[in-house]
Amino acid sequence: MIKLTVNGAERSFDGDSDMPLLWYLRDEVGLTGTKFGCGQALCGACTIHVGGTAVRGCVTPVSAAEGQAVVTIEGLSPDGNHPVQVAWRDLNVAQCGYCQCGQMMQAASLLTDTPKPTDAQIDEAMSGNLCRCGTYPRIRAAIHQAAGQAAPATKGERL
Amino acid sequence: MIHESQMMSDALASEPAPAAPTALANVSRRAMLGGMGALVLALSWRDSARAEDKTNEPKKFGGDAMPHGWQDDPKVFVAIAPDGTVTVTCHRAEMGQGVRTSIAFVVADELEATWDKVKVTQAWGDETRFGNQDTDGSRSLRHFFQHLRHAGAAARLMLVQAAAKQWNVPVSEVRAENHVVTHAKSKRSLGYGEIAAAAAALPVPARETVTLKDAKDFKYIGKGKIGLVDNRDITTGKAVYGLDTKIDGMLYALVARPPVFGGKVASYDDTEAKKVAGVVKIFKIDAPEAPVEFQPLGGVAVIAKNTWAAMKAREALKITWDDGPNASYDSVAFRGELEKAARAPGKVVRNQGDVDGAMAKAKKRVEAEYFVPHLVQAPMEPPAAVVRIKDGFCEAWACTQAPQATHDRLAKKLNLASDKVRVNQTLLGGGFGRKSKPDYVLEAALCSQAVDGAPVKLVWTREDDLHHGYYHTISVERLEAGLDDKGMPVAWLHRSAAPTIGSIFAAGAKNELPFELGMGLTNTPFDIPNIRLENPAADAHVRIGWFRSVSNIPHAFAIQSFVNELAHAAGRDPKEYLLALIGPDRKIDPTTLGDVWNYGEDPARYPIDTGRLRGVIEAAAKGIGWGRTMRKNTGLGIAGHYSFVTHTAVAAEVEVGPKGEVVVKRIDIAVDCGPQVNPERIRSQMEGAVVMGMGLALSSEITFKDGRAQQNNFDGYEITRIDAAPKEIHVHLLANPNFSAPLGGVGEPGVPPVAPAIANAIFAATGRRIRQLPIRDQLSA
Repeated sequence: MIKLTVNGAERSFDGDSDMPLLWYLRDEVGLTGTKFGCGQALCGACTIHVGGTAVRGCVTPVSAAEGQAVVTIEGLSPDGNHPVQVAWRDLNVAQCGYCQCGQMMQAASLLTDTPKPTDAQIDEAMSGNLCRCGTYPRIRAAIHQAAGQAAPATKGERL
Repeated sequence: MIHESQMMSDALASEPAPAAPTALANVSRRAMLGGMGALVLALSWRDSARAEDKTNEPKKFGGDAMPHGWQDDPKVFVAIAPDGTVTVTCHRAEMGQGVRTSIAFVVADELEATWDKVKVTQAWGDETRFGNQDTDGSRSLRHFFQHLRHAGAAARLMLVQAAAKQWNVPVSEVRAENHVVTHAKSKRSLGYGEIAAAAAALPVPARETVTLKDAKDFKYIGKGKIGLVDNRDITTGKAVYGLDTKIDGMLYALVARPPVFGGKVASYDDTEAKKVAGVVKIFKIDAPEAPVEFQPLGGVAVIAKNTWAAMKAREALKITWDDGPNASYDSVAFRGELEKAARAPGKVVRNQGDVDGAMAKAKKRVEAEYFVPHLVQAPMEPPAAVVRIKDGFCEAWACTQAPQATHDRLAKKLNLASDKVRVNQTLLGGGFGRKSKPDYVLEAALCSQAVDGAPVKLVWTREDDLHHGYYHTISVERLEAGLDDKGMPVAWLHRSAAPTIGSIFAAGAKNELPFELGMGLTNTPFDIPNIRLENPAADAHVRIGWFRSVSNIPHAFAIQSFVNELAHAAGRDPKEYLLALIGPDRKIDPTTLGDVWNYGEDPARYPIDTGRLRGVIEAAAKGIGWGRTMRKNTGLGIAGHYSFVTHTAVAAEVEVGPKGEVVVKRIDIAVDCGPQVNPERIRSQMEGAVVMGMGLALSSEITFKDGRAQQNNFDGYEITRIDAAPKEIHVHLLANPNFSAPLGGVGEPGVPPVAPAIANAIFAATGRRIRQLPIRDQLSA
């Protein structure tokens, strides 16, 4: 029996302890904001926070979260207004939106560690999160905005 | 006009007329979905009126020519609740292009609805009701903008008529604005919600009595100020994609498919797989008969109580495959076959003047071959669907670009009447053409059938997506030009050798179809006296399918690179040379170039406009500062291309590092797509197209050996990551305030010019010519 908290709620799981947190969250808990994109920690769509750190849910077995606090996009902020969520909406970052939960979870983690990241620090922290729609310029801008920084002037034309 | 619940049961405003078969003159992707033989049209209001007289009917174009045409019935697209909430139905797939937002505000603008009282609901697959729903070809607003405006305006008129009737005043004295109808003389007013029920009881006004707004009065259209309707759901994890569907009692399935296209299961042993806890059922799916079309590939399906158990069990299967006729497919060797084909005469698809004669007399000859590999769409959400078959009724929830095609194939596969099938459309986590093919939904249906109709979610892993795709074609483009003493071509020979998408609809098809040739090959608008275009035969050894921008990718890469080579051969500035080759401003009827397709559009309304092509090239060049002095190993490149009836140009600034690493520093992309309904989303589509175009230019490739795709996941199939994305992308939209003018496509035209612009910039930076994609480490040696 594995005990953990998910978005603050205590949970226990007596199924396959090798099951990745991704599938535990999606199929067992019913939280589908954590996305499946690759299953091999190559795309970051499944990024969640375990014990305050961003991890890839697709390669992290539920057993590794024993006694830990797991936070998903659904629990990132009580009202959905974490600064990255607000910035993502303000700049209309999303196209299809599928990867964006993972992007925001990664970005929130970056801002916790590095409150005022440079473009280079953003690229470094975010390079494991793929977006096939190609929203990267807006992701960079949204992270700067969430950090309370004006985006560098070289961001190109944007609304 | 009506409550949402009423809307469901509301009779159609127009009864569909009997299906009329027509010649396949207008081969679109959707027509292909409808089958090769004929495309079937359901008639809308306007057509019904003249359904009696079909004899001299002119050829149809655009939305008129699409299967099931279009609808503009306000009762289909608009519902108003007593509290005033306006619900707009979006009948096109949302896959990142922002169509749910754009459709909603187009209707709302004409309806004079207040934006914060507007909601969007997604249609199910029913083209008789909604008009064509196949979301590809960059067509949603192009085909539906005016009709959706009409739906909104008709709804507004009905509100006005209902209020006038209630107040017993002339209709002309009642105004509708900001969600309120007002009679100024008597100072009476009613909110939309208060008059909605009365309005819904009125007949839909005749089309000619409905007046559209003057563009100067638009509040939302063309302004680019509306945020995405799904923003909050997307940013809070509540948005529901195909993979997120959850139905009570749902099971989860994966399929082990033949690793080689055309292969089948010889035998399998599921002893170990059955031992995995949670496994419910394991069964074989037969390989399809040719042509494969959208049929499942066959294999062994595993159904379990959760995704993880299904994955583990699938891994534990022991399957012996019969690889079939494509077992030796080797894409590296196949490139050699394509080169051989491109070096010999092929089917002539355009012939103008005397190329051989002019070539013989030319002052100088230049020739080059360009290669573009197989690609796979790889949307971040892999294909996924849930299907339930209950009491003889099949219900599907799917991230599909083609809900009607999915519906029709489900009915056929399950041998159900059409009214016993319903396809609900979820959000799509990207599509890029992959989700136009509903094979995965049919797999889900077979799985549901295998467990007595219980709901089953069919999941594709990324490995499945890369190994069993509908791949972008693989191509060799050979170009030869004879130049005069000024370095301008007097003769132009282009051979395009590439397996055709037609091969999935007609086994053994070897030549590109008109719609593939019309994607930047036949319709190249160069001012050259002698032109011959040929299409040598090419066999398909994998499923070939649509990938965003389709055949424009290899055609644009080859032609725009070759023009750059010619410019250098002539010692001229590449941009000036490209403009000289395009020649004077003129409107060209594409049929005169041998392009009978023209993206399905009327050549009179949608000519190739060389002035507009020049305009985007100039805008991109100006944006990037064409002609400025560059640092060592840094260069500028340019490319312009016409696709999806939109003119687009890209200028790239590239730096090549000491180890041959390519850094794309800045991209300027200019687009003339006619009037801009949602400039904000046009910008985002162009930004995304640049990033996707960069990926296929620099790193993406699927190769085959022994018939098997060699890339397994995003480590082998590399797409652009944020650290490689340009720090600067500048989008230049060429203004066109005339909202009566024809709209161009937006979703796809940004991609094709990106790769040649980058390759041309590399040449400017290093003097090294890229003739093969992806560029990867070609410059390291």
